[in-house]
Amino acid sequence: MDCSQKNKMMPNGSMRVENLFHSFSEANGTVKVLNGVSLEAKPGEITSIAGPSGCGKSTLLYLMGLLDRPDSGKVFMGDLEVQNLEDDERTKARNHFIGFVFQFHFLIKELTAIENIRLPLLKQGKDEYSANQKANELLSELGLESKAQRPAYKLSGGEQQRVAIARALANSPKYLLADEPTGNLDSSNSEGVFELLDRMAKQTGLSVILVTHNEKLADLSHRKYWMEDGRIVI
Amino acid sequence: MLCFKLAWRFVIARKRPMFLSLAGIVFGVSFFVVTQAQTSGFEKFFIQTILGTNGALRISDRFQDTYGTVEQVDDDGDTRFLFHSREGSLYHEGVDQPSLIRDALDDYPELLGVSEIIEGSAVLDTGFRRKSIVLNGIRWEDHLQSSDLNNQIIQGTMNNFSSDQMGVILGSRISQRLGLKIGDRVSLVGGTGNLHLRVSAIFESGVSQIDKNRIYIHLITARSFLGSSSGGSVFQIAINEPEHAPGLAVQLQSSLNHRVVSWQERERVWLDVFKALRFSSAITVSCILLLSGLGMFNVFAILVIEKTRDIAILRSMGFSRMDISAIFLWQGTIVLVAGITIGSLFAASGTYLISMIPLRIRGIFSTDSFVVNWDLNHYLWASCIAFVFVAVATWIPARRAARIEPAKIIRETL
Ligand SMILES: Nc1ncnc2c1ncn2[C@@H]1O[C@H](COP(=O)(O)OP(=O)(O)OP(=O)(O)O)[C@@H](O)[C@H]1O
Ligand SMILES: [Mg+2]
Repeated sequence: MDCSQKNKMMPNGSMRVENLFHSFSEANGTVKVLNGVSLEAKPGEITSIAGPSGCGKSTLLYLMGLLDRPDSGKVFMGDLEVQNLEDDERTKARNHFIGFVFQFHFLIKELTAIENIRLPLLKQGKDEYSANQKANELLSELGLESKAQRPAYKLSGGEQQRVAIARALANSPKYLLADEPTGNLDSSNSEGVFELLDRMAKQTGLSVILVTHNEKLADLSHRKYWMEDGRIVI
Repeated sequence: MLCFKLAWRFVIARKRPMFLSLAGIVFGVSFFVVTQAQTSGFEKFFIQTILGTNGALRISDRFQDTYGTVEQVDDDGDTRFLFHSREGSLYHEGVDQPSLIRDALDDYPELLGVSEIIEGSAVLDTGFRRKSIVLNGIRWEDHLQSSDLNNQIIQGTMNNFSSDQMGVILGSRISQRLGLKIGDRVSLVGGTGNLHLRVSAIFESGVSQIDKNRIYIHLITARSFLGSSSGGSVFQIAINEPEHAPGLAVQLQSSLNHRVVSWQERERVWLDVFKALRFSSAITVSCILLLSGLGMFNVFAILVIEKTRDIAILRSMGFSRMDISAIFLWQGTIVLVAGITIGSLFAASGTYLISMIPLRIRGIFSTDSFVVNWDLNHYLWASCIAFVFVAVATWIPARRAARIEPAKIIRETL
């Protein structure tokens, strides 16, 4: 990658989607899931997306996280249009700018909590020492210091959720895409996580896109979208 | 390195299926090596025996020899050998002027030893029993250069023979039949009359036809005994590279104008038997390897299915398709390397144990236990075959793993 491309790959500013369409082809025709979604998530803010089950929130998040490609429409990271990037550039973008928290906390169960968190850092080429340091920092932010060396499958649901958040934050992403990250947490823990995300956003200019069913959290966020049938209605 | 570490963690977290794959490779590798060690062991031993007994090349002009002449055919750089009978062409039995041949042979540095032999038939008579035999008149110094006779002696010594003009070396079966011991006297009947010989040594080649019929006496003694009934000399030659015998035979034949037969031609029947044996064991082993390859393929295909969620997570974190492939290929490599190492150890100890199994064989060679051949090539071959199987068994699932779109998996594994 030469210099100009490197600069090109340093997005700054909001993540925006413009008029996104997405459908799945099935045996009996295509299912339209997204019908022209547009939204913006600004740096340093928490942007929440809420809506009934099946309205297309996860689908939208995967498109924003470059895990899938839209039928049409655009995804911007800052000024950079990313939906049509080549596969390896998308891979790099995910590694450097995006943190993903899945709806069902996906940890690698063969690894310990701290090893899970270190993975994106090691993948970036960071050495073990600084990766460990960063991972420990995040663990203590999330109140999980004592669980660092525990295999992922021996953590409780809520602990796994928090480790997954720590992992998503490990590479200091510009955009954190979180699909119901507080789904498995009690309300005090949920608020704890929300506060952490809010603090990270303010401190680092991280832009958090939060899919949630939790009305209270949605209300607390800086910007709130409501989706229905593949459209943003508010 | 990161991919290797992940692969390692995945392997040790899946002890049972990995153990099964490993067992398949270990079994395949050791089975392959052990069977090869046996079949090639017997073959090699057989070749050693015949080279040690009758040499790599024989120069003779026997009209009644089964096989015809050998001719090297060279087209487009391909070397082949054509066998065809030269019946009809005029032959003198035996070598006419041995000294001329001997001089001509000096020009060939690849010859290790040249032994002139006078062959003839006669009868051994102990006074109680008689037995017809084939006598071989030799110059002992020359013959030791072109044969393994020294090592074939089981009673008496070569010294006994060399110091006694009337000494005789008997085939082991002859001495048994006639009840002769070292130092016993025996008469040779036929030819120009009677000859009184003293038993200097007894040899056993393992080839029963020879142990039953052959005796060695001194060349001069044989010549005077056979007189004009001598069929002329035969030359037995040992060479550096026995593999090159057929080519050398062709060369010698045309330059000496005598009939030259290589050991490969002479022993073709037995060599073909060994080839068939090796081939059939190769088929059996291949089937076994194929089965363990399939088992391994299965394990890895299931592994990929089990791991799809992890693949999606890794991809979402910025692992590329290549990284994902690498993780699976490393898992295969870890199992492969462990399998080859353990398999080779098993193979070596198996080969050793088999070589200890008592087994008495006489007839085409002589041994009291299984003959095995320690050959590094067998291990290399086994490793190559295991590599191919593992490569296929992991490559296909790894490619499939790399191709999966992350969003699709995440949705489908909800
Ligand atoms: N592979 C697929 N093939 C066909 N339809 C699909 C596929 N994946 C998702 N869908 C459909 O797309 C719609 C949107 O799914 P999505 O997962 O985005 O919903 P969601 O808003 O995240 O719901 P939830 O709140 O329950 O997580 C659903 O109706 C779903 O059935
Ligand atoms: Mg969802």
